[in-house]
Amino acid sequence: MLDRTPPEGLPARPGVGYKARHYTSILADPAPVGWLEMHAENYMGDGGRPLAQLRHLAERFPVSVHGVGLSIGGEGRLDPEHLARLKHLCGWLHPASFSEHLAWSTHDSAFLNDLLPLPYTQATLARVADHVDEVQAVLGRRMLLENPSSYLSFAESTMSETDFLRALAQRTGCGLLLDVNNVFVSATNLGLDPRAYIADFPLEQVGEIHLGGHDEDADDAGRPLLIDSHGRAVADPVWALLDETLALSGPRPVLIEWDTDVPDWPVLAAEAARAAAALERVAA
Amino acid sequence: MTGQETFRAALLDPAQAVPDGLLDGHGGPAGRRFAVYRNNVAVALTEALESGFPTVRKLLGPQNFRGVAGLYLRAHPPASPVMMLYGGTFPAFIAGTPQLAHRGYLPDVARLDLALREAYHAADAQPVAPEVLAAIPARALEGIRITLAPALRLVRSRWPLHAIHRFNHEPGAPKPAPRAEDVLVTRPGFDPLPRLLPPGGGAALAALGDGRTLGAALEAGAAEDPAFDPAALLRLLAQDGCITGVETQE
Repeated sequence: MLDRTPPEGLPARPGVGYKARHYTSILADPAPVGWLEMHAENYMGDGGRPLAQLRHLAERFPVSVHGVGLSIGGEGRLDPEHLARLKHLCGWLHPASFSEHLAWSTHDSAFLNDLLPLPYTQATLARVADHVDEVQAVLGRRMLLENPSSYLSFAESTMSETDFLRALAQRTGCGLLLDVNNVFVSATNLGLDPRAYIADFPLEQVGEIHLGGHDEDADDAGRPLLIDSHGRAVADPVWALLDETLALSGPRPVLIEWDTDVPDWPVLAAEAARAAAALERVAA
Repeated sequence: MTGQETFRAALLDPAQAVPDGLLDGHGGPAGRRFAVYRNNVAVALTEALESGFPTVRKLLGPQNFRGVAGLYLRAHPPASPVMMLYGGTFPAFIAGTPQLAHRGYLPDVARLDLALREAYHAADAQPVAPEVLAAIPARALEGIRITLAPALRLVRSRWPLHAIHRFNHEPGAPKPAPRAEDVLVTRPGFDPLPRLLPPGGGAALAALGDGRTLGAALEAGAAEDPAFDPAALLRLLAQDGCITGVETQE
């Protein structure tokens, strides 16, 4: 029997990834959006409009801080300066949730600004668990870790992604952020069954769900290769996968991510409304 | 080399082979799937430079800019995940790129783009009230030290930098005429503004920024240009809320 209450502080309603161009529209007419997610690294300046907007929005909405630069899967140690910046941000903002990615992006002091893949081995598990422990100790809170979108796999992997994430959550006590679009993208790209992935996912640890749009490409053999672009509406099969996920997990906070070719507010709000309808279908 | 070392090297250098041990999920090698990551990295860093250096991009044209950005991002990937800081060494990189030597003004244009971005993210500070400045007796003015707003950035140039910037962002702006122009980036509210400094203004502001007294700063201005107008400079500073503190000698 699953615990049907989400383990983190975000409401089980739709949220959107915040874009500055929507500032006025969100404040004027947020419905059906119940919370906002901010990329941590965009709010690490000393002042100016970004921080003023964030302060104002945080008075009106629960806020999720979503890091994209910590490189938690990196082979090197976590950047102590970046950890300190995250601690400072979470310290004054008191977000309802903090999340990061199962990925690496920094190596040898070069930040590559992408979420790069990891082999799923015991060695990776031990390293990532140490890093998650460190983050949770520094921030003084439980974090959520997000499943990646994959374009390839590693010959050296010895366990599935779901086993890896389950073990990580057990070892560190961290929660998980389930990106349903990433599941669909990875499963399509690697020839796996997305429904089996969801069925095997430790849903009781899921504090937040992500949805986003993907682009369609093809690999050398002409097989479909989906790209996690966040540049369009959520695809229909991903909405169907969300329904199946929510039927198993119960209501969860559901975020719409739209990061490139960002549309006008009504288009994004309509995506959030679709998520609201999905949540209503599983409401007790 | 470790896995991530190999991965990183191949990401930034398309001429390198795809690292071993990467699969396509269907029993074959990853092949061009690795190019998705290569492309993501190049696109993300190029876009950061495009949005960070809009005037340079306009001057070079989108295609040439992408070429220069591609050289830069491979030689100087970001040292921090805080991307709002990325490109701090781009002006110097442009200055050191022989293919761009015929565009001598370009490094200063890049410095101004960077200054505008830094000003946007700089700390907030309350300007001192006009009454505070007005209340300082004339005889004491020479000895005061001024605290400048954290958002201020001074870009000194031997090129018509302000006119070049204006020409590229303001429809109908006059064509830049050859002369040296110092630009002060101010931030009256949240939007940075490039302000043309009057002759000698750059030297005076540099002195103020070094913590010298107002008297010494105005002298530096006059020493640089006999036409230096202290009142014009002080009007500009007051108007844009550039003065956030005043320390009198007494």
